[in-house]
Amino acid sequence: MADMMQFDLVSPEKRLASFEASSVQIPGADGDLTAMPGHSPVITTLRPGVVRVQSADGDKSYVVTSGFVEVTAGSVSVIAERAHAGDEVRKDDLSDLLEEARAMAASAEADQKDGAEKFVADLVQLLEDMD
Amino acid sequence: MPNLKDLKNRIESVKSTRKITKAMQMVAAAKLRRAQDAAEAGRPYAERMQAVMGGLAASVGNSDGAPRLLAGTGSDQTHLLVVMTAERGLCGGFNSTIVRLVRSRIADLQAHGKTVKLLTVGKKGREQLKRDYADLMVGHVDLSDVKRVGYANAAEIAGDILARFDAGEFDVASIYFNTFQSVISQIPTETQIIPAKFDAPEADDASTLYDYEPSEEAILEDLLPRGVATQIFSALLENGASEQGARMSAMDNATRNAGEMIDKLTIEFNRSRQAVITNELIEIISGAEAL
Repeated sequence: MADMMQFDLVSPEKRLASFEASSVQIPGADGDLTAMPGHSPVITTLRPGVVRVQSADGDKSYVVTSGFVEVTAGSVSVIAERAHAGDEVRKDDLSDLLEEARAMAASAEADQKDGAEKFVADLVQLLEDMD
Repeated sequence: MPNLKDLKNRIESVKSTRKITKAMQMVAAAKLRRAQDAAEAGRPYAERMQAVMGGLAASVGNSDGAPRLLAGTGSDQTHLLVVMTAERGLCGGFNSTIVRLVRSRIADLQAHGKTVKLLTVGKKGREQLKRDYADLMVGHVDLSDVKRVGYANAAEIAGDILARFDAGEFDVASIYFNTFQSVISQIPTETQIIPAKFDAPEADDASTLYDYEPSEEAILEDLLPRGVATQIFSALLENGASEQGARMSAMDNATRNAGEMIDKLTIEFNRSRQAVITNELIEIISGAEAL
């Protein structure tokens, strides 16, 4: 289908997701971006955050810490060093991450502070969604 | 001729050895499958990583501002050899083949007047290399408590190596491990990780022109240390699968040899028993004849 693209999420240990998606929201290092089919090819690094994917089977979110994204017109590949699937992840994992993120936000340099705080907010939101 | 009791004991002991080797073979087979799955699962990540870095390195690599991890320190005087072996023995020639490759490499490098440093991962390689090269050892990573090698382990090793690189302890780093070919064949492999080397990107990859955010240099700077960890991780996984494969075939051989030995000893046992009976009969008959 023309309005779908291939979405892959791989971590060093396994392939976490691979399906057709209609749009992917990515926490890029220089700000969030949303990739849709036909997006111009981009490679960007990730900051810790939440990747939101819209697909035919509903929306999915994944928590990623660091890595990079390769966007082409027909595919989005998220290559993440650490990743958790939003609906499979246990609350404990997220809480651990949240602790880490809070510590990071507290100690971050001024130019990274926004990103780190956004990640905390994203995680809090995700935790609330799970309740 | 050994007496019957000794033979019997011998047969029993070989039989219990066979049981142990058989069990070890089956355990290795089960672990091999898991290790292979893990190696398989790690491949997409490593391939993507290599592909993207290869593309970046090709465009950034020749400029003056290329990161040191890619361009090197400009010298190749000091080599760090990272030797990955198993934590346990009883796996045939697995450890020895790596150590043999490393030894020949050390001899080669030293003959050219280079300085060699050794970092060992896994107890067995360290034990074998310590005898001759104890003064070259700069570190050891112990994975004997790790049940399942994870990316975190690789990241730790990579962190150690990168810290040493930043401290200027070496110019070139290579890893040594066994590539898993099949259960009966594991190939000792040498891969240079610092400065990073890439296969030339394929022509059709180059046709896609990417925008880079932030910049090519910044991304490369960010990715290179991760590339080191990724390479170490895939080497660890590959090594894990090779180890189990080697152990499986070694234990299969041992089981077969034990079986052959039992057959041989049983024949010997039966012969001696028959000889004893014949002897007794002769004594009885000659005794009766004497009367």
